[in-house]
Amino acid sequence: MITAEQKPIDEIREMITPFKRILALGCGSCVAECAAGGEKETRALASTLRMAGRMKGVDRKIDEKTVDRQCVRDFIIPLGDIINNYDAVLSLGCGAGVQVVAEVFPEVPVIPALNTEFLGETRDQGYWLENCVGCGDCMLFYFGGLCPLARCPKQLLNGPCGGAVNGRCEVDPDIPCVWQTIIDRLTFFKTLDRLEKIYPPKDWSKKQGLGPRKIIREEQQR
Amino acid sequence: MREISVLKTLLEKGQFAVTAECGPPKGADPEGLIKKAKFLKGKVDSLNVTDNQAATVHMSSMAACCILKSQGIDPVLQIVVRDRNRIALQSDILGASAMGIRNVLCLSGDHQVFGNQPQALGVFDLDSIQFIQVVKNMRDNGRIIGGDVLSAPPDLFIGAVANPFADPLQFREVRLAKKIAAGADFIQTQCIYNLKRFEQWMDMARKEGLTEKVYILGGITPLKSGRMARYMNSRVSGIEIPDDVIKRMEGVTEEKQKEEGIRICVETIQRLKEIDGVKGVHIMAIDWEEVVGEIVESAGLLPRPG
Repeated sequence: MITAEQKPIDEIREMITPFKRILALGCGSCVAECAAGGEKETRALASTLRMAGRMKGVDRKIDEKTVDRQCVRDFIIPLGDIINNYDAVLSLGCGAGVQVVAEVFPEVPVIPALNTEFLGETRDQGYWLENCVGCGDCMLFYFGGLCPLARCPKQLLNGPCGGAVNGRCEVDPDIPCVWQTIIDRLTFFKTLDRLEKIYPPKDWSKKQGLGPRKIIREEQQR
Repeated sequence: MREISVLKTLLEKGQFAVTAECGPPKGADPEGLIKKAKFLKGKVDSLNVTDNQAATVHMSSMAACCILKSQGIDPVLQIVVRDRNRIALQSDILGASAMGIRNVLCLSGDHQVFGNQPQALGVFDLDSIQFIQVVKNMRDNGRIIGGDVLSAPPDLFIGAVANPFADPLQFREVRLAKKIAAGADFIQTQCIYNLKRFEQWMDMARKEGLTEKVYILGGITPLKSGRMARYMNSRVSGIEIPDDVIKRMEGVTEEKQKEEGIRICVETIQRLKEIDGVKGVHIMAIDWEEVVGEIVESAGLLPRPG
């Protein structure tokens, strides 16, 4: 999923200053899973901002709504019925969600309430971990199901570097060296010889060749 | 006149090589570098020039190499993959050869968080092994990545680094073998304080036949003080200093610690000369280049043949 964190409240307050009628718009997908922009967080943020406004004597209306998927236009278009009641949308979607709202309603200012972080997993309660860079050419098969591009700070495809000690990463000793983990897993599967070959330079055109990537599948189109 | 690599020539003749490391200044002034070149000339065969070491901005290693060359030094251009993508790396390889630089050391580089530009984008488009392979293909086949043919191939003696002290030990050999397969002609190791572990690593390299395929130069860094020993052991990644070495440094009075550090270096060099497969030493006297001559002399490695 896409992970995100709420921006500092002062930054959000600064951005909403010019607006009097705001729709705080949450998203029930990824950002709900990572407890940053789901229904609960949207309600809490709207309430915090309302209270802060009242303390300063500002006359500002903040309503809240959460859609299932803010990054899908079909979920945003129906908001056309209510959007005229507001002079801005405070989006608690990820960066994709914010931009869909902006494109569907080009006349309405959209303010991001979150910093979108990374593609990752929920490791534990309150603990999310980056483990995919979306490179467009998955190599997990070769590395025992662990991605060195996402999890090695030097993105080595022929690791480990000379800095790993006691299986810890030199850049962040709190995390295990992913290359140590790759070696352990391939040893377990008796396929360590996979690492004897030299993996060639990555084809980054699959990630950034033509700028923003698109997927077009005709059989899925209406 | 066609430039040749002093380092390559000596190693091919079977002579025990001595290289040292020289950090470019943190400024645009060439004078300090020229001074270093003057006192290191004749004391070492070739001089490595670090590439923004410790991820901290310094004068470019390419420019510093050219300055050293003008002083009659055979430079080893260090290039890290941290700051340049494959276009810039290949371009620098051509430029280096055109400037008469004949040795290159390909490495990943310290991660940017450790330096004075922690907000920099780490490039890491190629890793060090891929980079070695690219340089070899440019030199031997006159081709860049993708197959385009060069108007003239670069003439470079290709180096790589190895850390015998990093984990996991068994896999260090695989990585060394990969660097050699990629095209490394010579290897300079991380600084050696734990000789037992280094010997273990060399044993493994010999058993795999790797010492027949590459020239290995053992890395040496003189310790200035017991405090430096403790700091390096705990804070500098990839460096391991055994307790007995730290205790030995701390066992003498503070004003004698520099001498003790030099003595340890000299003894280490003596030991390294005895190890089958070690073809030279690489002295990395960090911000202390003036001591290199004394170490080389005390180790009985003067005069240099070049």
